[in-house]
Amino acid sequence: MGKFFAVVLVLVAVLSAYPIIGNYFPLPEDISTHGHLIDSQLHDTMLEAGVAFIGAQLVLAYFLFAFTGRKSDAPLKNFPGGAKLMVIAAFLLVGTEVLALGAFGQKAWATVYFTAPKADALQIQSQAEQFAFYFRYPGPDGKFGAIHPDKIDEGNQNYFGLDPANDVDARDDIVSGELVVPVNREVNLMLHAKDFGHSFYVRELRIQQDFVPGLDLAVHFTATKVGKYEIVCTQLCGLGHYNMKAYLNVKSQDDYDKWLKEQSQ
Amino acid sequence: MHETSVEPVHVHAPPQGFWRKHVFSLDHKVIGKQYYALALVAVFTGMFLSWLMRIHMVWPDAKIHGLELLSKNGAPGGVMTPEYYLSLLTMHGTLMVFFVLTNAPFAAFGNYFLPIQIGAEDMAFPRFNMMSFWTTFLAWFVLMLAFVIPDGPPIAGWTEYTPLSAVGRDAGPGMQWGASLWGISIAIFCIASLLGALNFIATTLDLRAKGMTLMRMPLCTWAWFITSCIALLAFAVLLPACILLILDRHAGTSFFIPGGLVASDRLQPHSGGSPLLWQHLFWFFGHPEVYIAILPSMGIVSHILINSMRKPLLSAKVVIYSMMSIGFLSYMVWGHHMFVSGMNPLSSLTFSFPTLTITIPATILTLIWLGSLYGARIQLTSASLFAIGFISMFVSGGISGFFLAQPSLDIYLHGTYFVVGHFHMVMGVASLFGVFAGTYFWFPKMTGRYMNETIGKLHFWITFIGTYLIFMPMHYLGLIGNVRRYQSFVDDYMSPYLWLHKDMTVAALITGAAQFLFLYNVIYSRFKGAPAPENPWNCTSLEWSIPSPPPWNNFGDRHPIVYHDPYQYGVKGSQGDFVMQDSPEQIIASGD
Amino acid sequence: MQMKPAVITGFALLAASAVALAGPSGGTVTGKVTYEGTPAKMKPIDMSKEPSCAKMYTTPPMAETVVTGASNSLENVVVYVSAGIPDDAAPSTAATFTQKGCRYIPHLLAFQVNQELKIINDDQTSHNIHPLPKINREWNKSQPPGTPPIVEKYDKPEFIPVKCNVHPWMHGTFAVLKNSHYAVTGDGGSFSLANLPPGKYTITAWHESYGDQSQDVTISGTESKTITFVFKAKPY
Repeated sequence: MGKFFAVVLVLVAVLSAYPIIGNYFPLPEDISTHGHLIDSQLHDTMLEAGVAFIGAQLVLAYFLFAFTGRKSDAPLKNFPGGAKLMVIAAFLLVGTEVLALGAFGQKAWATVYFTAPKADALQIQSQAEQFAFYFRYPGPDGKFGAIHPDKIDEGNQNYFGLDPANDVDARDDIVSGELVVPVNREVNLMLHAKDFGHSFYVRELRIQQDFVPGLDLAVHFTATKVGKYEIVCTQLCGLGHYNMKAYLNVKSQDDYDKWLKEQSQ
Repeated sequence: MHETSVEPVHVHAPPQGFWRKHVFSLDHKVIGKQYYALALVAVFTGMFLSWLMRIHMVWPDAKIHGLELLSKNGAPGGVMTPEYYLSLLTMHGTLMVFFVLTNAPFAAFGNYFLPIQIGAEDMAFPRFNMMSFWTTFLAWFVLMLAFVIPDGPPIAGWTEYTPLSAVGRDAGPGMQWGASLWGISIAIFCIASLLGALNFIATTLDLRAKGMTLMRMPLCTWAWFITSCIALLAFAVLLPACILLILDRHAGTSFFIPGGLVASDRLQPHSGGSPLLWQHLFWFFGHPEVYIAILPSMGIVSHILINSMRKPLLSAKVVIYSMMSIGFLSYMVWGHHMFVSGMNPLSSLTFSFPTLTITIPATILTLIWLGSLYGARIQLTSASLFAIGFISMFVSGGISGFFLAQPSLDIYLHGTYFVVGHFHMVMGVASLFGVFAGTYFWFPKMTGRYMNETIGKLHFWITFIGTYLIFMPMHYLGLIGNVRRYQSFVDDYMSPYLWLHKDMTVAALITGAAQFLFLYNVIYSRFKGAPAPENPWNCTSLEWSIPSPPPWNNFGDRHPIVYHDPYQYGVKGSQGDFVMQDSPEQIIASGD
Repeated sequence: MQMKPAVITGFALLAASAVALAGPSGGTVTGKVTYEGTPAKMKPIDMSKEPSCAKMYTTPPMAETVVTGASNSLENVVVYVSAGIPDDAAPSTAATFTQKGCRYIPHLLAFQVNQELKIINDDQTSHNIHPLPKINREWNKSQPPGTPPIVEKYDKPEFIPVKCNVHPWMHGTFAVLKNSHYAVTGDGGSFSLANLPPGKYTITAWHESYGDQSQDVTISGTESKTITFVFKAKPY
């Protein structure tokens, strides 16, 4: 049975690694400016993890193959180096590699979180609610009207609770169910939660950020390719969580300007 | 052969009468079995829930006949509603993490064997011990009530993030009484766990037999001891968190709810609270909790491994110190569940480093287990198969943690099936393998009978291969961004991968069915299993020096004296290639 | 001769019973509901988050909170007898509310206390219907596609806003009324309340955005009385 176990372990190692090595589950295309940092970090981590995983399973397989089914008087041996070697190996090999990866991995994190958006980034506000995302553009006056939770009237499509009767800034605000942005232009997306925790996740943008009720959060990004991409909610927010999504619609600058003009009418 | 010291110390009187013997027993062994029985009920319930979830995920519009009997509102005409899926998901997680993974490896086996392995007659506080089991049972009962109330169980996941879990019924179905029952149940569970942890710690420190120094305790005893230290601090934080949640829900407080929230078209009458506060409190408990789930299995597996390979580990001391460092570091990493939660991004980096550092003791343990197998005489029994399988699973599950420990990668992988695959492999499989191994190993001691080895081995092979088939694909799905906690996958990008979910469901159903082999084996062998001698595995620790099953006071009227550590294998002993801990004989190396 | 008074009485009785048995009788109140001022402009509904519904429309449908027609007519106004007539037993037929194309059809459903309400999901997606009453019992129910209709009833009269928990733009109203004398204005804004026995009635018109108005009408026989309701529109 020990030999059989060894064979099973080899199969486990090989069959688990195969979809990765064969790239059968490829990352979606990267349409962001910082995504390559995440992708290369993922690639390096996968390489190290792969070596560790396959190595450990194969070593286990070999030891099972060699040291099961032995006679009761077969000599016992100790691994040369003993526990000391294992501790050193753990600290040196694993410790340094792991911490090094962690240290170098900061770059991607820093690019997303420690760099402020440029002063001329396009300001768009996003509201997450059970179970949709809505996006608000400030309109020609460049100002966002105030949000009044008590004025929310969804049947009338006033999702943000704007008060155009009394609030001049709100009159030209544009509310859309799609996040429409121009290509190659930095966007600063402000995140407002209407009711519960939600999260903004666009795979192709390599961006994920929770909406937290009561907190003013924001993410900034630059989309580098025209197209339609899915925004999905990744923070459990109630029964409709699975169906909470919107589309990121990246347009050329001209098409974006045209769209913006149409919304203002 | 077994030497004793003078005056035996009686912790409690011998049990009289049916109720005292079998129900409200003060005997740690009965209490251990009661915890185990509760864990068995919980694990089969949890598994059944996971079957329903997996079937619904791949066939969302299917009529599951009979489901409407379980919940008229949750499954009209047998078709599961989206909220009922989330109810099942919440109950699955809650049952498995609390009532299985904290109960079985820790409370069940720890209660049964810790006092015996240190040479004591019982736990330090037998009455507390009985209370801790029945309080756990009460917690389980309160939780299960959520299934029978009209609105059903809560839908916010076992993590019950606020404000979804705090505002009450406006959050959705099940969030009125269902969520309150959850909060009350877990608060009661915390009290039970605190009582249990106190007992373990006091017993280990005070009731060790003569000669049983701390360093001579078996590795599983060490694991239970370290786990109870972790549990004491962790549950002490979850308890007030649950109380604050209950206050928010029923007393109008706003610990976790900020102002201006509109749900169900109603402005919520709260202000000033912080949703992140709940996450910090919960994960300050939640991360140590996952180590509470795995450490006892690490100890049990080490103990069984040594016995079945007839050779000590390369260094028991290093294993002990590694387990201690894992316990210590487990308190510094909770923020890795919150990298993209909106907390200060600098905090995320700060949490990342201890998380990566925990890899070091985890690697030390793995290398020592692996390295010890070299040159051994490994005997494959059902117990040792699961112990060795644990190593494979721990490697697989632990390595995916390495990805998630890095905030930059977590930006992409958070909230995806990559996380689900990771924690199922380490908790749902590896930790459970420790429980299986312990069951096969200690069953002869607890009942005086062997479990059937053929069925046991079949159970192992189906489970080992099956769990790889279920949980390894989850990592691939995570890489393409498959979001978790979705009742079905309606997004465009998921359509090319639905076939993989179908395969996983089939694997889950088959692997789950195999667990009934285990259940049958346990029940049948209890009554009809082949009789087992006192020490069927030729093991060195003290539990193998007493009859099977043990008398109510473990060692009878004697108080054992310990002369050796429990790793004397591969030596020329009077009984074979080992020397028991309480045997005064000198250790003679076997000369090779 | 002696027979004549008896014959005349007999004929009179016959005539009276013929009239009584001949079918509907009583007075009728008819009219139109209009608005003055500038109503808010209805915006097209953005259904991009639910492609299975969005694809059913060539041009996006408009929101229905204020639906106007020719000559300033106002749709979706419930006109009913709020005082002057006893309550009616609920009819045996059900009132049907359909979810189709991720909208509620009709936008406003008027029915009676204790009348069976049947809710149908005719879409490919799950809906979760959540009426928000203040005095009736509140409930919400998910309805996956292909599941049987939801059957409910309300035991108190109330105007109940209805929303879908899954699709935020879906809003409607249940008008639960005490008697059978009601109408909902359609295109053109007209209504007709028939079979009113002689008496003094208060007729109330209710609109979800513009509130309600009442007028008193007296019916003495089988005449038809005409009244109008004019609501003040708001631009926002």
